[in-house]
Amino acid sequence: MSNQRPQQDAQRPGGMPMGRPGGGGGGWGGGPPGGIGVPVQKSKDFKGTLRRLLTYFRPHRASILTVFVAAILGTVFSILTPKILASAIDDIVSGVLAKFKGVPGAGVDFKQLLSLLFMLGGLYVFSSIFSYVQQYIMAGVAQRTVYEMRKQVMKKLAKLPVSFFDANPHGEILSRFVNDFDNISGSLQQSLTQLITAVVTFVGVLIMMLTISPLMTLVIALTLPLSFVVTKVIAKRSQGFFISRQRSLGELNGHVESMYTGHQIVKAFGHEDVSIETFNEINERLFTYSWKAQFVTGIIMPLMNFIGNIGYVLVSVIGGLLVTNGTIQIGDILAFIQYTRQFSQPITQLSSISNVIQSTIASSERIFELLDEKEEVPEQVSAEGQELEIRGDVAFQNVRFGYTPDVSVIEDLNIDVSHGQTIAIVGPTGAGKTTLVNLLMRFYELSGGQILIDGTGITEMKRGRLRRMFGMVLQDTWLFNGTIRDNIGYGRAGATTGEIVEAAQAAHADHFIRTLPDGYDTVLNEEASNISQGQRQLLTIARAILADPDILILDEATSSVDTRTEVHIQTAMKELMRGRTSFVIAHRLSTIREADLIVVMNHGRVIEQGTHLALLEQNGFYADLYNSQFSEAAVPEGVA
Amino acid sequence: MFRLFRFLRPYRMYVILGVILIFLQSLASLYLPDLMSNIVDIGVQGNNVPYIMKVGAFMLVVALIGVACSVASSYYTSKAAAGFGKLLRRDIFTQVENFTLHEFDTVGTSSLIVRTNNDVLQVQQFVNMALRMMVMAPLTAIGGIIMAVYTDARLSLIIVVAMPILGLAIYSILGRGMGLFRVVQSKVDVLNRVLREHLTGIRVIRAFDRSDYEIDRFDKANLDLTDTSVRVYQIMAGLMPIMMLVINLSTLAIVWFGAGLINQGQMQIGNMMAFIQYVMQIMFSMMMASMMSFMIPRAQASSARINEVLDLRPEICDPEQPTVPPSEHGYVEFRDVTFHYPGAEEPAVSHISFVAKPGEVTAIIGGTGAGKSTLVNLIPRFYDVAAGAILVDGVDIRELSQKDLRAKIGLVPQKAVLFNGTIADNLRYGRADATDEEMQWAVSVAQASDFIAEMKEGMSSVLAQGGANVSGGQKQRLSIARALVRRPEIYLFDDSFSALDYKTDAKLRAALKTEITNATVLLVAQRVSTVMDADRIVVLDEGRAVGVGTHRELLETCAVYREIVASQLSEEEIA
Repeated sequence: MSNQRPQQDAQRPGGMPMGRPGGGGGGWGGGPPGGIGVPVQKSKDFKGTLRRLLTYFRPHRASILTVFVAAILGTVFSILTPKILASAIDDIVSGVLAKFKGVPGAGVDFKQLLSLLFMLGGLYVFSSIFSYVQQYIMAGVAQRTVYEMRKQVMKKLAKLPVSFFDANPHGEILSRFVNDFDNISGSLQQSLTQLITAVVTFVGVLIMMLTISPLMTLVIALTLPLSFVVTKVIAKRSQGFFISRQRSLGELNGHVESMYTGHQIVKAFGHEDVSIETFNEINERLFTYSWKAQFVTGIIMPLMNFIGNIGYVLVSVIGGLLVTNGTIQIGDILAFIQYTRQFSQPITQLSSISNVIQSTIASSERIFELLDEKEEVPEQVSAEGQELEIRGDVAFQNVRFGYTPDVSVIEDLNIDVSHGQTIAIVGPTGAGKTTLVNLLMRFYELSGGQILIDGTGITEMKRGRLRRMFGMVLQDTWLFNGTIRDNIGYGRAGATTGEIVEAAQAAHADHFIRTLPDGYDTVLNEEASNISQGQRQLLTIARAILADPDILILDEATSSVDTRTEVHIQTAMKELMRGRTSFVIAHRLSTIREADLIVVMNHGRVIEQGTHLALLEQNGFYADLYNSQFSEAAVPEGVA
Repeated sequence: MFRLFRFLRPYRMYVILGVILIFLQSLASLYLPDLMSNIVDIGVQGNNVPYIMKVGAFMLVVALIGVACSVASSYYTSKAAAGFGKLLRRDIFTQVENFTLHEFDTVGTSSLIVRTNNDVLQVQQFVNMALRMMVMAPLTAIGGIIMAVYTDARLSLIIVVAMPILGLAIYSILGRGMGLFRVVQSKVDVLNRVLREHLTGIRVIRAFDRSDYEIDRFDKANLDLTDTSVRVYQIMAGLMPIMMLVINLSTLAIVWFGAGLINQGQMQIGNMMAFIQYVMQIMFSMMMASMMSFMIPRAQASSARINEVLDLRPEICDPEQPTVPPSEHGYVEFRDVTFHYPGAEEPAVSHISFVAKPGEVTAIIGGTGAGKSTLVNLIPRFYDVAAGAILVDGVDIRELSQKDLRAKIGLVPQKAVLFNGTIADNLRYGRADATDEEMQWAVSVAQASDFIAEMKEGMSSVLAQGGANVSGGQKQRLSIARALVRRPEIYLFDDSFSALDYKTDAKLRAALKTEITNATVLLVAQRVSTVMDADRIVVLDEGRAVGVGTHRELLETCAVYREIVASQLSEEEIA
């Protein structure tokens, strides 16, 4: 995105001092052509959001004031110049006329011309300096404002409950972050100063034009509604095309994405031709809408220029007539031509700025919405002095919970776990086994009852302290882009290299790490695809070992791990579990049978709990589940 | 990049017409100042009101011609640019659809998506801009220079001086700015990566209580990005003021030298006014052209990526005269098969021989990297073997057409891939003309009937985003049902049961056993329980078949197999 900005910079000049008859492209006469006709996002509460956005400028008040002054001065100077240039030309004309009339010694008064030109030069230089200064200062203000907003968003994200991340797709949050900030930073950089210069230019030019000729000013003012009508009509048309184009483009991109990601399937089932056919059909539609959209926006500038040219012709003709009857001077025609350009320019600019501002406000609104999201339940103030030795007794007392207020998933759950015990959580896929994890770690808040650790309710502890008690090894092996050393070291801030290696050894990861070309300094790439899934899991175990938690939460599912690594993982997990209270999302029969307590879940609910034998005796869901393993899978007796 | 312009060829008439019209349009706009100078020099100074009116009317006509030309040219260039995009897109997609998995591995799936979607759009936009602006700018500049020289050759020297200065100013500022913009982009990427990691790893971050550390990490990236962005914008801040200054000062030069010429009677005042406007036009078109030129590297990078895809020749092609496969069998034979991934030192599978017969289940077990999935991918000829041969119904698969070969196969890949659409649509992907009964049968065998029945719309339920609204296990079962709908001769299950819990896994295998009686089943698995009752188990270790036989046989003869079994089943289960 940012790569395009310099072009936009240049296409949105502050005050354009000189005029010319319209050209077809007209990149310099007003905002980028794309600014008109493209659908604009609307905000819900324009005023409120704007006011809130403005508060971010408060620390930069002085800078912004300077920008305003520079913008106004620079614009005023550039408005004065055509009039002065006109008088210079008039001087030439009168000098030459006198000379041809034969006045002795008459001719162009070069001395006076030179002083006028020097004055003009000075104005040009100052105008340029001022416009540079405003842009320069604005760069700092805009970027630092965005910096501040981004920082706030990040801080906010750290305070949001996990449920927020579960409910909102990551891609959406990311794109909000990327696109909206891109939008805001670009428009703060550009539109604010543009707005000022446009307004000043409009007023200033109007005054200057009136001083030259009220009649010509009136004529030019009459062409204005024409350009409004043209823009309105075309914008209306093009919006439809743009929306259709966007839709078919989205459709096409979606088709490409799903066909490419499913390429193996497309091939295996011989669907290449069907897929190409669908593609061509969407592509054809896209073609139609995109040329129409491009055509319609493409003619906005020529039409505006044409209207400008009508003004140009009128000025030339009426100006010429006014000169012949002596109302104005020749130089005034040139000045007026320039003013005409400057006059219509802020108007076209304002319409595109208003679009930009609207979408900026919409973007800011989305950011503010994020900042206003409900945070985690605040921690209790008394939650200090908890750094005592933890035994690891865990109790669920009358726990009630539901992801939504109206659907309760856990009703009156009571579990009593004492120090060092193992609790197996079992159930079919999608039974909601992670719910218990969510509650233990206080990722979600209970709707009733309480969870106690060593007799203290988890809501009475600081979240950080509570979570440091736990070590978590989940199936989703999250590692970040960094070295293996840093990733294991993530388990505990300030761990030494020796401790990291020790943890890796305990996790049976040391060996494979050393076979990597860079050993512990191997950088894991974004998908961590340079090590295998099983190796990733070993790293997360090492990370948990380093953290030396009091209570463990383990997910045994190791579906895509090879058998040898699996053996390592198992031993490493056993090592880790020794002497610690452990909650295991169990997949192995051996773990389940050896567990001190089995919690059976189905359809998101805890349906049974007890020991292996007790549950078998109950002859309920668990017994069914357990027996099914043997109906097919178990080895016939007498083998081996 | 120019190679891609071949896609414009079908639209060359549009391009030519567009360019001609643009040229006419810029001529028209250059003609206006000339007419204006006539008004000033002849009309005003000669007090000739009718002349002023006449020229004025003529100017309106010229302006009208100008706008007509540019609207028409916009029509042609829009069509040409959009058409260019269409053809390019069509070719690249068709090309990619014919790629084998190897080409996908080489380029990468996400990169292919980016190339087809974004890069094409990028180039298309460039072509659109190029046809409008880049053609117009030089034409206007040339026209302007001709008019300027024609008006007064001596004054034109000012252009000769001013143009290089302007060019240099633009070049030095934009050059520096663009370089930094790339740096900014990479820093944006870093910032986004930190954020993405925060989102995906939120549970781990919270679990290890490292939020503060993450905020710090983010802040560093944020600050770094901000500092560079400020620098870029501060550099770019100089662009407009300097350009305007050069242009304005050259105006002053024109007035100064023009005054001298007028004083000597060698020039008319109106001509000088026209001259000022020509210079404006030349300078502005130069500005535009140079600014456009900075779009080139980007479009070039996109073009290079597109060309790479278009130049890639699919590795696997159908034979000239494919053998027509004997229908209805499904007999698969591996004869001493060895396969290397391109560039790999070690073969992924080597010297594999076994036979899989209709009505039998052949299981393949082994550790990660043992070559199980590779083996499966060789059968539909996603890759070609390096040595040895794979025979289906006695015919080397390289002698069959890919279509005929794959028509015999029902593949269930490791990662279940479903497409947007209803469940029924996805099942019919297996066979377009499958009846409702056949689909019902398939879902019930695949143990998917229960959860489909629980859905509001049943079989007509829409799977959003390729199945984001169903669980992994459910996706896998649908993917199995899709293969069942096909009623193929050969089933390939590539570790398809791993996302299922034991109970469903067991039920599903029981159902498969009774329902699939005359097809060949090849299944890859990690769990011993899944493969134990297969007719034949192939044990892979580091690409080699270290054992082929039944569960019992292998327990006796194969050490690797025993190791695998020991790791998964507790003592009593084996006993």
